[in-house]
Amino acid sequence: MFNDRTAKFLLLAALVICVGGAFAPNWIVNQFMFGFSRALAILGLMVLWRTGLVSFGHAFYFGLGAYAVAILDSKLGVSDVFLRLLAGAVVAGVAGFLIGFIMRNYRDIFFAMLNTAISMVLFGIVVKTESLGSTDGFAISASTIFGLAPETKYPLFVIITLVGLTAALAVNFYLKTTFGKLTTAIRDNEIRVEYLGFSVAHAIHLKYTISTILAGGAGALMAMSLGQVDPESMINWTVSGELVFVTILSGPGNVIAPFIGSLVFEVLRTYAFELAPQAWQLIMGATFLTIIFFLPGGIWSLIEKLGGKKNEK
Amino acid sequence: MEAALTILLDGLQFSSYLFIVSAGLTIIFGVMKILNVAHGSFYAWGAYTAAFFIGKFSDMGLPDALGFLIIVAAAIVVGVILGFIIEQGILKHMYERDEVLIVLATFGLFLVLEDIILIAFGTDPYFAYQPMALLDSVELGGITRDVYGMTLIGVAAVVAVGCWWLLNKTKWGTLLKAVIFDREMGISMGINVPLVYTLTFIGGAILGGLGGAYIAPTISVAPGLGTEVIVLSFAVVVVGGMGSIAGAAIGSLIIGILRAIAVHELPQVELFVVFAVMAIVLVFRPEGLFAPAKPRKI
Amino acid sequence: MRNSSSILKVRNLLKTFGAVVAAKDINVDISQGEIVGIIGANGAGKTCFVNMVTGYLAPTEGSIKFEGAELVGLGTRKITHAGISRSFQVSQVFHSMTVSENLMIALAIANNRGADALGLMDTPDLRSKLDEVLKRYKLEPQKDATVSALAQGVRKLLDIAMAVVSKPRILLLDEPTSGISVEEKFDFMDIVMGALKEDGVTVLFVEHDMEIVERYVSRVLAFYQGEIIADMPPKDALADKKVQEFVIGKEHHKKKK
Repeated sequence: MFNDRTAKFLLLAALVICVGGAFAPNWIVNQFMFGFSRALAILGLMVLWRTGLVSFGHAFYFGLGAYAVAILDSKLGVSDVFLRLLAGAVVAGVAGFLIGFIMRNYRDIFFAMLNTAISMVLFGIVVKTESLGSTDGFAISASTIFGLAPETKYPLFVIITLVGLTAALAVNFYLKTTFGKLTTAIRDNEIRVEYLGFSVAHAIHLKYTISTILAGGAGALMAMSLGQVDPESMINWTVSGELVFVTILSGPGNVIAPFIGSLVFEVLRTYAFELAPQAWQLIMGATFLTIIFFLPGGIWSLIEKLGGKKNEK
Repeated sequence: MEAALTILLDGLQFSSYLFIVSAGLTIIFGVMKILNVAHGSFYAWGAYTAAFFIGKFSDMGLPDALGFLIIVAAAIVVGVILGFIIEQGILKHMYERDEVLIVLATFGLFLVLEDIILIAFGTDPYFAYQPMALLDSVELGGITRDVYGMTLIGVAAVVAVGCWWLLNKTKWGTLLKAVIFDREMGISMGINVPLVYTLTFIGGAILGGLGGAYIAPTISVAPGLGTEVIVLSFAVVVVGGMGSIAGAAIGSLIIGILRAIAVHELPQVELFVVFAVMAIVLVFRPEGLFAPAKPRKI
Repeated sequence: MRNSSSILKVRNLLKTFGAVVAAKDINVDISQGEIVGIIGANGAGKTCFVNMVTGYLAPTEGSIKFEGAELVGLGTRKITHAGISRSFQVSQVFHSMTVSENLMIALAIANNRGADALGLMDTPDLRSKLDEVLKRYKLEPQKDATVSALAQGVRKLLDIAMAVVSKPRILLLDEPTSGISVEEKFDFMDIVMGALKEDGVTVLFVEHDMEIVERYVSRVLAFYQGEIIADMPPKDALADKKVQEFVIGKEHHKKKK
């Protein structure tokens, strides 16, 4: 599990980031928290994308994770970071597992659209329900760690980084198993995979469920980082669109990619908003088109080219 | 009785503008197999352009009736210019690529166009009520209705008849149906498919723009206009069947009336019910209710 | 030929698509180790037969029993697990991956069943199996080449090799030499049939080239309009009047020109 370059890099990077975060100014710590929270969802979407599937509705699971934290907080007073994270991941994961039974029979545009429809159903419900905060959403109390309320954001930052590390290592391992290797194979030729004796439906179901668990966890972490939830920035189809954008921006080549892509997205968004608030969507859209046309492998493919990929095997 | 009539007319009005927009979306999908997310931009641009010029002309003291001309002109100008630029500039280079990737590209275009609206028109809302005020209101079965809103139903009917006539009674329509059915066969039969694609996209864009332009006098034209309409027209197109105008009509009616009922009787489910129907159709009949037949390839 | 040592028993197979009868009255017994050639004009029902035996198409009526177990209704995946594999007329491979990666996937699916599928795929054991297959099918020179860049002949070899790694007891090849140049056909078939003979696999292959048929098979099934019109050794089949009229006649006329 730890003997490949990617894993070694992840461990080292996590260490450096955790240590560096103790000395970094608040705004950098925030960028990393938001970026790494989102990266969790991107990790899952990356697995789906390698399989040839794009979901335009994963904000459903992201939102479920975020709102699970909010509801647990307001109704049950749960403030522990790990319980909150678990709740988000589990709620989204169970939903994803059940919905996966239907979803695994869809491909292409229908897969994308069904996910959109389901996510907008949730959006419609939350927006019109007073007790769920309606369009304003609601605030979340600060997270506690083993009963202790931290003074700064640093402990949460470390936890998010470690969660990201664990997820990345897990997905990295998954992609080396038979199940995981079937991503590109299914995308290339589903019929052959069935003929070779493997159930494509099962494979897709597993990948879908993994992606929903990750998206739910991401939503939970984001909610905790922001200290609030609201439907417009967490469940609307535009959020799903953003998730897809970052997935394409990052590229499918490696589990490290989502983290880099998410950070780039975070930085880009912050600066774009400061310099020209009316131009953020323009920049995002133009970047999207540029990637699709000129760099379909995303930022990661650029890193590979610049680093000069050496053949290890 | 009055409540029912209100719901019916509200529903029909809502269905009408949804239909005009969705007809464009479904035709683009049927012919080019592209689910055009940027369609919301045609709608928004149509609305802003119409609202802007209606306001300007009104300021200049010109007769309010010109507003109707502006609406049609706005739709055509938006459709032709934006449609042409997008199809020739971006889409043309992507026809060989994965259909989901093309959808993502149209999403990128949507984002770009949304911000250009902000830059061009600013963030303050536009009110171009003049055409609506001009037509005043009328008493119908005990309730008061804007005449303008009812003309919307008329416009939708004209568009529906026009599309039907184009597809079934003209040479162009036959060519379109051939390309919808099988693009390869169309090419080998000598149909100028690239031209068909360009004209179809522009036509669809004009319809999208018309929906926005015509609705502009009844709302406050503000940022974010396109976002809501896109998912609604996706829902219509999914329910009706991608590529079918009749399907878009039926889908618009179903969704429009359902929404009107929800708004009046149970406001909490207004958004939910539309997408629930979309999800149900996708699960049980993913091709939609009226999807055109697909040829067997193998 | 009805034989008590037959492993595949096809009875009264019928396949209709609406009003079109694609296959009718198909009754065949195949014995362990036989090499059978399936011939017939295009549209005669050969691929339909292969599709039904391998579970891609469900017959309208009839039964297909493999070592006593009914195959109809099982689907391609379960039939592969039962021990029947196939290759394809147009090679069905993973075009964005290398030859080795293609074979590793095939090997992994065949060897890592159930929970094993969650274990690492690239193991020394699988690697040694990969080397064996590459050697057997003479694919070593192209092992790191991406499939999309390969010639048709190599792709077909890969396609067949992938079908074989699950150690099937019956292998159906759908037009293995189609798309391969005349000069290379025999070398190609020598490689394939040689490798298969080593494992004692029962082989049925669809073929249009009668020279290939004559050289490699011990028995011929001739199809015409969905029915089997001849079931006999190759020499007899090629001399049979019905076969000459409905199958070869056309091909020989083409050849003589």
